[in-house]
Amino acid sequence: MSTNDAGNTVSGSNQTDAGNTVSGSNQTDITRAEYCVTSCADIFTGAGEIMASPMAPTPLIGARLARLTTEPDLLITDGEALILADTPAIGKTGPIEGWMPFRKVFDVVASGRRHVVMGANQIDRFGNQNLSAFGPLQHPTRQMFGVRGAPGNTINHPTSYWVARHSSRVFVDQVDIVSGIGFDKIDPQNPAYDHLNIHRIVTNLGVFDFGGPDHTMRALSLHPGVGADEVAENTSFEVAGLADAPTTATPTDEQLRIIREVLDPKGVRNREVKS
Amino acid sequence: MATDKTSTLDEVIAELSDGMTIGIGGWGSRRKPMALVRALARSSVTDLTVVTYGGADLGLLCEAGKVTKAYYGFVSLDSAPFYDPWFAKARTTGTITAREMDEGMVKCGLEAAAARLPFLPIRAGLGSDVPAFWEGELKTVVSPYPEDWTRSHSSRRPDPDGRTQTLIAMPALRLDAAFVHLDRADVHGNAAYTGVDPYFDDLYLAAADRRYLETDELVTTEELVGSVERERLVVNRMNVDRVVHTPNGAHFTFSGSYGRDEAFQRFYVESAGDEATWAAFKARFLDVDEQTYQDEVAKWQAEQEDNQ
Repeated sequence: MSTNDAGNTVSGSNQTDAGNTVSGSNQTDITRAEYCVTSCADIFTGAGEIMASPMAPTPLIGARLARLTTEPDLLITDGEALILADTPAIGKTGPIEGWMPFRKVFDVVASGRRHVVMGANQIDRFGNQNLSAFGPLQHPTRQMFGVRGAPGNTINHPTSYWVARHSSRVFVDQVDIVSGIGFDKIDPQNPAYDHLNIHRIVTNLGVFDFGGPDHTMRALSLHPGVGADEVAENTSFEVAGLADAPTTATPTDEQLRIIREVLDPKGVRNREVKS
Repeated sequence: MATDKTSTLDEVIAELSDGMTIGIGGWGSRRKPMALVRALARSSVTDLTVVTYGGADLGLLCEAGKVTKAYYGFVSLDSAPFYDPWFAKARTTGTITAREMDEGMVKCGLEAAAARLPFLPIRAGLGSDVPAFWEGELKTVVSPYPEDWTRSHSSRRPDPDGRTQTLIAMPALRLDAAFVHLDRADVHGNAAYTGVDPYFDDLYLAAADRRYLETDELVTTEELVGSVERERLVVNRMNVDRVVHTPNGAHFTFSGSYGRDEAFQRFYVESAGDEATWAAFKARFLDVDEQTYQDEVAKWQAEQEDNQ
């Protein structure tokens, strides 16, 4: 049973109709953060009945937006061990439909029925990601978290990345420690690599995938007001398709209503991504 | 009547020796057996290898100079400021050997040890820098079975290209001793958690030669089994050698009956910021026995309220 009106009315609703019912949204005032949220929602298009594991507010709102619009069968959790039956605002809990303690999460990881949106301290043109440390392995200059679940996520199931501040310090020529693995790490003779799928990167500047030459990073779209030059200046390597990248699709009135009224009424998104 | 295993922290520590491999239950800054960790940190035991889903447990043992080698998937305090200062210092000064790995590999290694298997295969780690962290200690294994693993059929067929899976052979993470914190236990070592996640505590115990349980509430067996759903009884006495009654022992991490002490955790990190503040923290909270620690924490909390 859903206690969330949005959950019942949104899925299957016609976007052209939805425009008439919007209260409070204004297409001229759409923030950069809202483009980021809808771009993160798009990550899950076609994902079906799998576990969505977003690790930061913007992709978290995005995953819930996807569940309330295009992907009603997504499993989402409270960030601890409970699977949510409804799609509450971020920071809120609600009815649950199941239990997913850490030990079971690793079973889901190995099964492939998951799409994670991780962060990255560094990422390179092939999608190698680092969240472990900067510098040499046994004597780093700065210690972060360690590799966490990144090696297992990337080799087992679709993985995307969310980077709130796109910069040449994050998008580097070579990561110091490969935590999440990139396309150049695939051993074509070893079927254990067959599931590697670095699906997408969403940043405050645009949306990217690895459809460039030799599975390198490619621009799918740039957010309004972002030029190819700005992305190039903030990326240490060449990004394919940058000159031809279209503008990120404008969020629909219905998406804006859900983001603003249902999922993030306190505007957490606008603190993670400044306009 | 089964054995009464109640012990003191000192009795547990007296059974440990230099060079041991110690596994520590919990996850990050969640339900860590901190009373046992504090007791180990102020003991004379040294040259330890630690296996953990790490938080301040590993940090405090690094600070005390106990750790030579660490096997971990991450070290996190789980809430801002997230990074443990002492683990970071140990890593950036190169004073410990890090056997970093994927989180799932920790579970896999403990499962191998619990099942008395030399290794278990796992995909995680392939292609990453995990093998480099292990400096040759981590091997791979070639599947003895013809490969085929598409979802569309369940019968085994050769890979169309004749390929065979090569996987990480995750070695058993065998533990000389395991420390865990469960919310409620009896004197024999039966125990339950009351929070939302059991973490891997029963697995740590099953992977260890010596099994040590600290608990907030020591109750009769009847009270234990009567007060929780049966599925919460994740630890039984067969896998526990000693039980230590340590009310609030998981502080400043959380247990089922109390939350993480966020203010104290921040204070811990801030205190590590310079020598003088750390010396004061250490003198007040670490160079003391567990009862004094708990008393000083209560006083510190009262001081914080007075300062509001």
